[in-house]
Amino acid sequence: MENENKQVKIKVEDLNLVFGSRRDEALKLTEQGMSKAEVLDKTGCTVAVNNANYSIYEGEVFVVMGLSGSGKSTMLRCFNRLINPTSGHIYIDENDIMVLDEKSLREMRRNKMTMVFQNFGLLPHRTVSSNVAFGMEIMGRDENERLEKAYKTIKQVGLQGYEEMMTGELSGGMQQRVGLARALATDPEVLLMDEAFSALDPLIRTQMQEELLELQKKVQKTIVFITHDLDEALKLGDRIAIMKDGVIVQIGTPEDILMEPANDYVKAFVENVDRSTIVTAGSVMFRNPPHVDIERHGPNFTLRLMRETGKDVLPVLDKNDHFLGFVVDNDVAEAKKKNKRSVEDVVIKDVPMVADTTPVADILPFYLEYSLPVAVVDDEKNLIGLVSHSAVIAEMIGKEEEEVIQIKEGGTHE
Amino acid sequence: MIDIKLGEYVEQAIDWLSVNAAGFFNGITVGIDGIVDSLEYILMLPHPFLMMVIIAIIAYLIMGKGKGYFSKAGLKAGGGMALFVIIGLFVLYGMGFWEETMQTFALVIASALLAIVIGIPVGIYASRSDSLDSVIRPILDFMQTMPPFVYLIPAILFFSVGNVPGVVATVVFSLPPAVRLTNLGIRGVQKDVVEASRSFGCTDRQLLYKVQIPLAMPTILAGVNQVIMLALSMVVIASMVGAGGLGQSVYKGILKADMALGFEAGLGIVVVAIILDRLSQAAGKSRK
Ligand SMILES: Nc1ncnc2c1ncn2[C@@H]1O[C@H](COP(=O)(O)OP(=O)(O)OP(=O)(O)O)[C@@H](O)[C@H]1O
Ligand SMILES: [Mg+2]
Repeated sequence: MENENKQVKIKVEDLNLVFGSRRDEALKLTEQGMSKAEVLDKTGCTVAVNNANYSIYEGEVFVVMGLSGSGKSTMLRCFNRLINPTSGHIYIDENDIMVLDEKSLREMRRNKMTMVFQNFGLLPHRTVSSNVAFGMEIMGRDENERLEKAYKTIKQVGLQGYEEMMTGELSGGMQQRVGLARALATDPEVLLMDEAFSALDPLIRTQMQEELLELQKKVQKTIVFITHDLDEALKLGDRIAIMKDGVIVQIGTPEDILMEPANDYVKAFVENVDRSTIVTAGSVMFRNPPHVDIERHGPNFTLRLMRETGKDVLPVLDKNDHFLGFVVDNDVAEAKKKNKRSVEDVVIKDVPMVADTTPVADILPFYLEYSLPVAVVDDEKNLIGLVSHSAVIAEMIGKEEEEVIQIKEGGTHE
Repeated sequence: MIDIKLGEYVEQAIDWLSVNAAGFFNGITVGIDGIVDSLEYILMLPHPFLMMVIIAIIAYLIMGKGKGYFSKAGLKAGGGMALFVIIGLFVLYGMGFWEETMQTFALVIASALLAIVIGIPVGIYASRSDSLDSVIRPILDFMQTMPPFVYLIPAILFFSVGNVPGVVATVVFSLPPAVRLTNLGIRGVQKDVVEASRSFGCTDRQLLYKVQIPLAMPTILAGVNQVIMLALSMVVIASMVGAGGLGQSVYKGILKADMALGFEAGLGIVVVAIILDRLSQAAGKSRK
């Protein structure tokens, strides 16, 4: 979509990672299309990452999702080479990090890329501020500079007042804030977060997610975020990659993943989500609906169009394609009886309009006292599509639209 | 009949060494003698009463650390120990064992220091290399299970008699826990803390000094405590090759079947043991 004008920050090319002693053999078998389980059986090697190819753009939150053991952590650790890939390349700003020697690698870890860990990995024998300053200490910055920056960052993550406490005295949520502050303190360009919020209780977790988004608006880092929670992925991710048995099975926006799950594995993830908060009007709307042109079409044409399309409600547009309102079959028939030349008098104008990015959950309340479709318009009020009542309900309860219509109609017959 | 003369081969090797590496052993002799003598000199320098007070103050500071020196808890922990030091040492002084007691302190401290200075770095290396670890492990087992009297024989051959062979045998015997517990402590540092530290660009050295050693410190200090206790358990044995101090008095008591002498000197060793044990343990605990 809009990817062309985004800068690629991290490029992953043919990345493979095999654990075990017979790696080459395992790699060959994988190339021949053998599954992770088969390779393990044959060679005793675990294929943790299998031929990954993708790009991560500057300033985006890229979420990697998958079941336990699917290789997420392993892949993430390739980015800063805490684990060395078996083959393939990772380019950061177009520099291949696979060729870095020890020293340049350390430089990269110090300046470019930091990591937040599921179990925090804080130094328990040090205070909060000294933990946050750790990255700068490693770089050899002087103490005043370190502490000043550490205090600033601690404030950023909302921990002021706790600077001189030992990290062991803090709650999980607070410890993870320290972890986040430690990672932010060196002003890295890339933030790697491995299940950073998974160890937190749900309430704190939601809070941390929101704070991360809030923070991200200000700091604009490139974030690679790992989770096995779809809700978290959808909430945080600009794009989501889904991993299974070391293979990336789908990459897309939250919307793409929900609307077009690439396979049953992805579908299985998607099924448990409260879709209504993620699915937007744009994705459930009926595009380019038949419509009435107020200048050219009178009651006769309108009734005919209704008969042809089987609709009893049609949207009305003016000559610039701006949406005016709806006409209903009974009203149009009335107008025809009165020999009106235009449907203008019977257009119902006081109707809700939404943008294509409006979540379905926000459309639902309209239907409480309103039975017409909801119009989806762009900034200039041009009609893009219509969202029907049944489409929204279908979305909410996860059934196909036809089924809902059947249920509704069945209900009215009784 | 099969006749494996392992003992003879060892003897021949030791003989060969004692002749051909005489310079090396002389160097060690001079070094160890220097350490023990100067420690003894320092300990004997102040008047015994002053020395008792100094040791009592040190005990008070170490035991009360982290609790607030003038708080009730600090006073209780530090004060009790200080009182014990004063009374214990005073009784020893009264029995006429002051010099021997200080000699024993000097011998134990010198041996323990040497064992620690050798053992901790070896432990650090062992923690970083599995192959080195697997080589060292059986050697340590050997050193600890071999009856300590056996060390006295080569010690005499290399270093003749006196404090030096005593210290050498003591070092060999008390070294293993320093290596073992340092190794264990560093390997036991949480993996995720090490990984996180690495992810920030630590060099191996920074990782060691800023993360691994501080976090392994309680375990390392437990090793130090064990080293000291093992060193102390060697004082009587070491006196068989001429090392001085309370051990010597006990040994004399044994040879002369002198119950009074043996009991008094033995009591002295108990007092020294309690002081060293409590203080080295407290030093480990107060670090956290
Ligand atoms: N050090 C290792 N040696 C051998 N196999 C490993 C090692 N680390 C991970 N694996 C294997 O690699 C695969 C991927 O593991 P990884 O930890 O990357 O999964 P994950 O997606 O992060 O899982 P989780 O959600 O549980 O964290 C698993 O099959 C795991 O057993
Ligand atoms: Mg993981």
